[in-house]
Amino acid sequence: MKRSPAGTGENFGFSDAPSATATAAGGGSEAVMTYLEAISDALRTEMRRDPDVLVMGEDIAGSFGGAFKVTKGFEEEFGARRVINTPMCEQGFVGAANGMALMGLRPVVEMQFADFISTGFDAIVQYAAPNHYRWGAPVPWVIRAPSDGGIRSGPFHSQNPEAWFVHTPGLKVVAPSTPADAKGLLISAIRDDNPVIYFEAKPLYRSIRGEVPSGEHTTPIGKASIVREGTELTVVTYGSIVHQSLAAADRLAGEVSVEIVDLRTLKPLDTGTVLASVRKTGRAVVVHAANRLAGVGAEIAALLAEEAFEYLDAPVARLGGLDTPVPFSPPLEDAYRPDQAKITEAIRRTARF
Amino acid sequence: MRLTRTLDDQMIALWKQGRGVGGTFNQRGHEAISVGTGAALAPDDVATPLHRDLGCYLIRGMTPRRIVANQLGRAAGVTGGRDANLHGCGDLTLGIVGFISHIPQSVSTALGVAMSFAYRNEPRVAMTYIGDGGTTAGLFHEVLNMAAVHRAPLVVVVENNQYAYSTPLHQQMAGQNIAPRSEALGVPAEVVDGNDVDAVHTAAAAAVERVRSGGGPRLLEARTMRMLGHAIHDGAEYVPSGLLEKWKKRDPVVLYERKLLDEGIVDQAYLDESARRCREITEDAVAFAESSEWPDPAAVEEGVFAP
Ligand SMILES: Cc1ncc(C[n+]2csc(CCOP(=O)(O)OP(=O)(O)O)c2C)c(N)n1
Ligand SMILES: [Mg+2]
Repeated sequence: MKRSPAGTGENFGFSDAPSATATAAGGGSEAVMTYLEAISDALRTEMRRDPDVLVMGEDIAGSFGGAFKVTKGFEEEFGARRVINTPMCEQGFVGAANGMALMGLRPVVEMQFADFISTGFDAIVQYAAPNHYRWGAPVPWVIRAPSDGGIRSGPFHSQNPEAWFVHTPGLKVVAPSTPADAKGLLISAIRDDNPVIYFEAKPLYRSIRGEVPSGEHTTPIGKASIVREGTELTVVTYGSIVHQSLAAADRLAGEVSVEIVDLRTLKPLDTGTVLASVRKTGRAVVVHAANRLAGVGAEIAALLAEEAFEYLDAPVARLGGLDTPVPFSPPLEDAYRPDQAKITEAIRRTARF
Repeated sequence: MRLTRTLDDQMIALWKQGRGVGGTFNQRGHEAISVGTGAALAPDDVATPLHRDLGCYLIRGMTPRRIVANQLGRAAGVTGGRDANLHGCGDLTLGIVGFISHIPQSVSTALGVAMSFAYRNEPRVAMTYIGDGGTTAGLFHEVLNMAAVHRAPLVVVVENNQYAYSTPLHQQMAGQNIAPRSEALGVPAEVVDGNDVDAVHTAAAAAVERVRSGGGPRLLEARTMRMLGHAIHDGAEYVPSGLLEKWKKRDPVVLYERKLLDEGIVDQAYLDESARRCREITEDAVAFAESSEWPDPAAVEEGVFAP
């Protein structure tokens, strides 16, 4: 997989036209795709396979194809019946997705931005999440939530609200960092019988490309992946920060041998992979773009304190966004966000402890 | 209607004797609405009834045994002790979707149910219920708007009982009726006497028919009065007694039984026998529930996720 050079002033292709969509060849082959193309490819693959899969959201139909063009060309191929433009009413259309899912459809709902998911909160955390526990009926929808910042989009187009949902019993939460996992996790999420929130990282949409298996490629939900092997320190992370962490680890090559665990699924957490890695290296840096306080990283740090205490040679370091709204202006947002430099510093500090 | 009334009275008695668990809602005044609308549905249709729609659950085939067991938190209850009173009493094999407390959520869920019928070209109808209070929430308006845009096969039953908990209608909204709001959002609406089960049933059946034949969503506003407190704990001292006396003369169960007698459709012996059967059924349900197992605490973590 190729990464764009690290750096925060970059235009991550926020409003670029998509590059040519890779065509899915026969089984076994691969194609190089952007993260965004991989998401489209997953949706298209599942919609071709299963007539119960449909997409709905604001501005996703027609030639427009969504704020980020993930569903561009979908109405042409699948028809307006399966590519549903909704009014601007997240509670209404997430609620409708609940009803569709109860009837056995598999709606994939696009939030225009993850930030607007709060408007549909009741339908997610109160209705969908506890439903199977309460009366046994599965609610198999997926909500795609374009999240994350670093792209100068201000407090309402940059959020990483995954912790709200990780804290809610009955939801599954995934956050891919590579094109292959973007496709694989979306297909797995669509096939899962539970409500799954799929956090896609906007800064990765067009900034990374990678090999993506053609056809029905799945990535198991609940399995982390070791994206870089090392022996002296483990970075536990997910989403766009995986790439900042890889860059930091590359920079420290020869100084500290860093292993990187990409969680991929935030709920249910793959505690086994995290614990095995930290028990091996004895040191851990936990980092995510979401604000640090009571974030997913806090859970990881608690897990390590409870179940890997005797293996630790240094305190667990935790990096995340500040406890502020996501600020807009570049110097402010850079101060807010963990980046390669901050991760490098945390790795050095933890390695030298 | 008589079974709904008897079961409701039985619950009230149980709670007064301290045999209840948690709380229970009162049904009195709502029997004609829940029964009249529920009876207008075909077996394949789906309803999303609420806390005052006991009649709808019964008429769609949920047994009093399962319902009372749920009220008492037993393993044999519809939710196996996971949810309280009528909350979550869903059973898709009976075409019943369980509700959550956050009231307007049932209408958006029903919209999705209706949209799934349209998606699959099935001639089925979704019927949802909401109180006057529920209609003041934004989600209610979102759903009517979206249902009209999508011409969803949805019937919305508004149970305007003039109170949302302690808050009278005039403190909830300007005007007395929800129907004009529905019309404004593109959903044709009809107001009906919610204490006259024949009127409710006729209007509901007509709405279901129009919706089923592709006419788009309809709303039925049934006007009634909540005759007891919001739930068992509530003495409803805030309701002017004159209002209750006025409505008491129009008790939906009494009205209907009188009508059946007046029109010579049944005789008093029939009504007596039916009342006796209703008592027998509810007593059996209570005995069943009280003697049935509590849920196993060892299984408290099971079923959070669908397998
Ligand atoms: C969103 C939400 N807020 C508050 C409540 C608490 N609550 C339960 S019932 C109720 C009043 C509902 O009134 P109405 O919709 O008229 O139905 P009714 O009980 O009169 O049948 C309230 C405030 C709730 N269930 N949901
Ligand atoms: Mg009311």
